[in-house]
Amino acid sequence: MFPNPNFIFSHCEAKTMKINLEELKFGTELIKRGFAKMQKGGVIMDVTNAEQAIIAEEAGAVAVMALHKVPADIRAAGGVARMADPKKIQEIIDAVTIPVMAKCRIGHIAEAKALEALGVDMIDESEVLTPADVFFHIDKRKFVVPFVCGARSLGEAVRRIWEGAAMIRTKGEAGTGNVVEAVKHMRLINGAIDELQRLPEERIYDVAEKYASRYAELTGIVKEDMGLGKAGRNDVVFEEYTLGEIVDGIYEVLLEIREMGRLPVVNFAAGGVATPADAALMMQLGADGVFVGSGIFKSSNPPEYAKAIVEAVQHYDEPEVIAEVSKGLGEAMKGLDVFKLSEEERLQTRGV
Amino acid sequence: MRVAVVGVQGDVEEHVLMTKKALKKLGIGGEVVATRRAGIVSKSDAVIIPGGESTTISKLIFLDGIADEIIELAESGKPVMGTCAGLILLSKYGDEQVEKTGTKLLGLIDIWVKRNAFGRQRESFQVKLDVKHVGSFDAVFIRAPAIKKVGENVEVLATLQDYVVAAKQNNVLGLAFHPELTNDTRIHEYFLKLNEF
Repeated sequence: MFPNPNFIFSHCEAKTMKINLEELKFGTELIKRGFAKMQKGGVIMDVTNAEQAIIAEEAGAVAVMALHKVPADIRAAGGVARMADPKKIQEIIDAVTIPVMAKCRIGHIAEAKALEALGVDMIDESEVLTPADVFFHIDKRKFVVPFVCGARSLGEAVRRIWEGAAMIRTKGEAGTGNVVEAVKHMRLINGAIDELQRLPEERIYDVAEKYASRYAELTGIVKEDMGLGKAGRNDVVFEEYTLGEIVDGIYEVLLEIREMGRLPVVNFAAGGVATPADAALMMQLGADGVFVGSGIFKSSNPPEYAKAIVEAVQHYDEPEVIAEVSKGLGEAMKGLDVFKLSEEERLQTRGV
Repeated sequence: MRVAVVGVQGDVEEHVLMTKKALKKLGIGGEVVATRRAGIVSKSDAVIIPGGESTTISKLIFLDGIADEIIELAESGKPVMGTCAGLILLSKYGDEQVEKTGTKLLGLIDIWVKRNAFGRQRESFQVKLDVKHVGSFDAVFIRAPAIKKVGENVEVLATLQDYVVAAKQNNVLGLAFHPELTNDTRIHEYFLKLNEF
């Protein structure tokens, strides 16, 4: 493409608006949730190097998740799974023009701050990595960069939204190539939203108290150990928030969900989505978009597989398109039977 | 009046809701439809290309023939609006990022756009902006593009630092920011009236 010689800088003649930097607001809830909304109807692909990131971008991915290993390999390798090497993430950031996301361990504020400093566009506080904190997730409101978090139930989703997550995804069971758990989590969340809508308003505060009780665990253990009983409403239980403030905050989120009939943030499917038909299924169940982890680069033909999944998400309600894009794709990833995994092997139970 | 929102990817629902509100405020009867297939845009009186990833939206609209329908609608004088990724697609000239990714453009406004002009997500911002014909507007910029140069037939509607961030060429309106993420319908109202041009 060449510049047109007739182009002129006509805006120089117009009154140019000079803005003081202080007038710009960064990291507001609107900006964070807005970023997530721009991903809707899209596929976010796990990649482990610049070459894979370019394949993903060319196939039409809306973003990539930069990892040092895909979940299937993390699972196989065992040991402690941590934030990816920043050098690797930087290479991926430099290789593509679409947003780059990266994972930090649950509750690992220092990894999250490092990812923010790198310029990652969204942080996945992810159960796929080994949790750093058994009590708490990160207080995500204290970051400029938006977060996505996994959820198996409405309670988990609401807690993460209250903490400031701009996007929720099902946990599924990552690295298995088995969609069963993602379907289960989507159905559980949708079912709970339906129940919430049927519930009389005076009962909703009870639900908020139940959902918020998780934040009182640490204080409860400490107090009990000291013979002081349970955590009360005025106890500061998480960061600077009292239990009462958390209940009220969660109550507000529940009212919003009840009115909207859906989560107030974007809700993606993740964890075990391996084929174009899997992706279409999750969209039919109401997902706003899909994360594909090991599915693409563990298949025998990643570029074709990536394109097929993008098309399947766009045309999720057109069976003839799903059939067409699924033809002759080669081998899907082998996959694991989720029901044969032991409790320790399940990633989804991490971070409730 | 029938308004189509290109629904292949991005914040489609937000545009649908805003346009419905704007129609109601203007007292215009009509419907707003999101479409992922060919055949709807050509039967509409106005079309919106939402925010999202320009690389993804471009691939899908050119693959499915929606692109040609948008071009025809624009040439017939009907209102066409693009926000953020939509602005990139409406423009005639892209930057090295647009070229590198092989993103096809619709070429409906004589402007030269720069993708991710303000930086990455952590540099995304909100600011009160003066928009010509509309007034002060709370503009949300998300990994936003900006216009570096405009052609003779382009009317500049808003600027920020050294960039143009809103521009109009006859019936085609391009914005670097996202009015659909706010509760303010004034830009959508202005857009719907562009057929009076």
